[in-house]
Amino acid sequence: MLRVEGLNTYYGRAHILQDMGLEIGAGEVRVLLGRNGAGKSTTMKSVIGLVRPTSGHILFGGHEIAGEEPHRIARRGLGYVPEDRRVFADLTVMENLEVGRQPARDGVRPWTPERLFELFPNLGRMRDRPGGRMSGGEQQMLAIARTLMGNPRLILLDEPSEGLAPVIVEGMANAILALKGEGLTILLAEQNLHFAGGVADSATVVEKGRVVWSGSMAELRADEAARTQYLAV
Amino acid sequence: MDSIVPQLLTGLAGASSLFLVASGLTIIFGVTRIVNFSHGSLMMLGAYIGWSIITRLPREPEWFVLGILLTVLATALIGVVLEVAVLRRVYRAPELFQLLATFGVVLVLQDVTLWIWGAVELPLPRPRWLRGFVEIMGNRFPAYDLFLILVGPVVLGLLWLLMNRTRWGTLVRAATLDREMVAALGVNQRTLFTSVFALGAGLAGLGGALSLPNASANLNIDLSVITDAFVVVVVGGLGSLTGAFLASLLIGVIQAFGIVLVPKITLVLIFLVMAVVLVFRPNGLLGRPQAEAREATVAAPVVRAAPRELRLLGALALLVAAVAPFVVGDYYLTVLTDACVAVIFATSLHFMMGPGGMASFGHAAWFGIGAYAAGLLMQWLGAPMPVGLLAAPLAAGIVAALFGWFVVRLSGVYLSMLTLAFAQIVWAVSFQWVEVTGGDNGLLGLWPPDWARSPRVFYWIALALAVAVALLLRRALYAPYGYALRAARDSATRARAIGLDVARLRMVALVIAGAACGLSGALFSYGKGGIFPTYISIPHSVEALLMVLLGGLQTVAGPIIGALVYTGLADILVRSTDLWRLVLGAVIVLLVTAFPEGIAGAARRLWLRGREA
Amino acid sequence: MSVLVVQGLSKSFGGVRAVGDVSFAVAPGEMLALIGPNGAGKSTLFNMVGGQLVPDAGSVLLGGVPITGLGPRAIARHGVGRTFQITATFGSMTVRENVQMALLSHKGEVWSFWRPVAGRHAAEADALLAGVGLAAQAERATGVLAYGDLKRLELAIALGNEPRLLLMDEPTAGMAPAERVALMQLTRRLATERGVAVLFTEHDMDVVFDVSDRILVLNRGTLIAEGDGASIRANPAVREIYLGTGATSGGH
Repeated sequence: MLRVEGLNTYYGRAHILQDMGLEIGAGEVRVLLGRNGAGKSTTMKSVIGLVRPTSGHILFGGHEIAGEEPHRIARRGLGYVPEDRRVFADLTVMENLEVGRQPARDGVRPWTPERLFELFPNLGRMRDRPGGRMSGGEQQMLAIARTLMGNPRLILLDEPSEGLAPVIVEGMANAILALKGEGLTILLAEQNLHFAGGVADSATVVEKGRVVWSGSMAELRADEAARTQYLAV
Repeated sequence: MDSIVPQLLTGLAGASSLFLVASGLTIIFGVTRIVNFSHGSLMMLGAYIGWSIITRLPREPEWFVLGILLTVLATALIGVVLEVAVLRRVYRAPELFQLLATFGVVLVLQDVTLWIWGAVELPLPRPRWLRGFVEIMGNRFPAYDLFLILVGPVVLGLLWLLMNRTRWGTLVRAATLDREMVAALGVNQRTLFTSVFALGAGLAGLGGALSLPNASANLNIDLSVITDAFVVVVVGGLGSLTGAFLASLLIGVIQAFGIVLVPKITLVLIFLVMAVVLVFRPNGLLGRPQAEAREATVAAPVVRAAPRELRLLGALALLVAAVAPFVVGDYYLTVLTDACVAVIFATSLHFMMGPGGMASFGHAAWFGIGAYAAGLLMQWLGAPMPVGLLAAPLAAGIVAALFGWFVVRLSGVYLSMLTLAFAQIVWAVSFQWVEVTGGDNGLLGLWPPDWARSPRVFYWIALALAVAVALLLRRALYAPYGYALRAARDSATRARAIGLDVARLRMVALVIAGAACGLSGALFSYGKGGIFPTYISIPHSVEALLMVLLGGLQTVAGPIIGALVYTGLADILVRSTDLWRLVLGAVIVLLVTAFPEGIAGAARRLWLRGREA
Repeated sequence: MSVLVVQGLSKSFGGVRAVGDVSFAVAPGEMLALIGPNGAGKSTLFNMVGGQLVPDAGSVLLGGVPITGLGPRAIARHGVGRTFQITATFGSMTVRENVQMALLSHKGEVWSFWRPVAGRHAAEADALLAGVGLAAQAERATGVLAYGDLKRLELAIALGNEPRLLLMDEPTAGMAPAERVALMQLTRRLATERGVAVLFTEHDMDVVFDVSDRILVLNRGTLIAEGDGASIRANPAVREIYLGTGATSGGH
């Protein structure tokens, strides 16, 4: 569904992504692992178009999207949930969802606020609350729900567990599994290996903007050497 | 009692016009984060276009309304062109460059308007129905003003519905908070921005056209309106429509009563109101603290001393400058003297703006205060030039300390606008207080003493002062004080957490910058033999900004290079074309779009690239 | 003798109580972790101790001296160092200059307009940088540092003030798991060496249970538990509102 090949991205003169490559099949949940600054967020921002890669290919559903504007990429059915959530603080829950709303898409069961409130019951109880007056966990749920309103085929989830209480992280894991059950393809960036292990099918480990390991989650569990070398656990 | 009611109604009518302009400004600011200097020009165009349309239509009320609507459409369309041609290219540039670009648009539109409609004021012939009166509490009150009073609240209501009850409004409010995220959710922000700009421009056009029956289309609308609109928007709170409405009422009413009660100090009064509001509510009546910019912030480059090659180059340039009087004629010597004044003017602004992080839009105020201090001392006490040159920085520094008391609490755009408003007050005082300042005629007869009267000697004095000021300021910047000032700019949170007094650091920077600038004002006046209110005009303040931004904020050499380039450029322009505003404005816009880091910044980057490659 | 004593601290926002009647103390060299669900009032509590917020009621004593309601600058002068969740350093300066700035401020040498900064307290700054393992990066621009190094620089800056108390708001946020523990072990070592009390908030339970001497659990603005790692882990109330089953946080 998504194929990234030979992607190079710079911030100023810093070479952040160096020949980055990865592939996700339909319905797959893949996790990008790696320390801070390894290039996980930049990979996601390059895919959604917020950062313009200098060279390389990004194929989404067979279309080249590298260099397209973010809103065009999003309208192709690619959703992005940023690391720091970025909910619209002055807008209510319902208004936040409205901003994310896009027309229905073939092959995606259309998301409505009501369906989202089944997935995240907390949100349903605070429809008129401004995003800025919600806790971190609630904001994370709203950020995901807002992106789902665009009826994406694939979502990029950047560190959804960051800064959340363990018990909330468990709830987040369950929600991601439910989305997977809906057939959604998910690319996840994480540092929390416990969390990633519970939801992902496969993993790509990045270091200094390059892929250093790639394989299934089961292979990663078995590969003690890779875990120690790249993830220091 | 007799005059209260009509005065109040006049005030409310004025408030409506103010609100129309301010609402457009605040909406555009909310979404694009651009303070649109050219908003007053859009209102001016609205007045001229309205005049052209309405005078060609039959004189019945329904045709008048149609004419107004056509004008709104026309200005909205001009807004679209402006957004696509200029603003779209500077959304990613630093805030000040955006302001500068829109000021470039002001200059261009001034000359374009002059070229199309000519210099004569254009009053709208008023048919009988427009001259109607209504009797209120025994006073005859113009019916048209009553209509204007209604327009304000109606527009506010419509805008509120648009913003809160439509998908477009929801998207606009979301984009106000985080445009990048809105784009990532599939919303085309280009069309959104263009439509917002069109709405704002249309509102300005509406304000301009509706002002016609009571005023006339003239070339002074742009800058006078933009100052009022800035005050309203700042008092109301940037981005808040309701705030802008309340502030328009406040300012409108105060203006109406001020003109009757204290005609000479109306502007001062408005400034005081603004000051009081900002002291108690630093973000305006209904404004909220400015969220941290959502854009990926590029780390500021580390400030290091200039490379040895550059220092040698500087020393060489100084040598050339010192022997210049033996080579060039008197005319160029005057230009060079102006350049020395410009160097002090620009380096002093750079001091507070670069390391201090306080962008002043009214730097000419200190220039003027210094000049008038020297001039008045000469007039009252017959003080000679050395005394004047000493008194000028003192006077400017003292006023800066008073003004600084509350200005250093503000930040970003609020600070810029307050400095602009303050400069307008100083200008108003110099212009209106004829008994003391001579008003428009200025103070004359301010000449250097005999020993310094030859252009050559005076040039050397100016050069020595410029070099001394630049070196002293540089010295302070590399001393602990300069570092602490920079620390407060880089991260006020961290600065406080290590025990730095951020407000006091900034206050002292303002005093130093004001004093140095005051010196340049006095020096300039001795060179020209007189002092005029134009020294304190908005364009003069913008000149200082242009010099600093041309040169770049990051280096101490920047403002010096900027001052020299600007002085040279302006000299060539003024001598070679009548449309110098148009050319200068276009050059500003082009420069901003081409070199968002300034000349010195670009040179430095190229230099480094050559080194490290 | 405790470095920090907090008594009956309370704060409401618009009628909603964010923190109610919280009391605790921290001893020199002690690492005290403050944990709790998002929105439990941790940041509010932190900001009242750090001077960013003025409490409605209660008192904060630093070494026996009341600092309740003072501003951040005054509190810093009393000997409280801080690191922030989003790192705050001086981007236009080198790594060494950042620490020099802290030292200049601490020694009251800021209001000097003549002698250049260049060599001032450079040796002392380098010693602090060596302590956090940044000696080799002293000449680099702050903007190009890796995230973990930036966090360590913040620590060095905070120590430049010779604090008695260090407040660390989510010090390891955004770091890789291995870096997190390393940073906090470094903090622990420096705290012990210098007798600095450390109060920190944290969501990574590996870090909390690994480095803290004592843990406070805050929920809905009140303290619901206090104790060492083992007792907190065993506490059923804490498991329910905060820790969960441990499936996604390392099986605690």
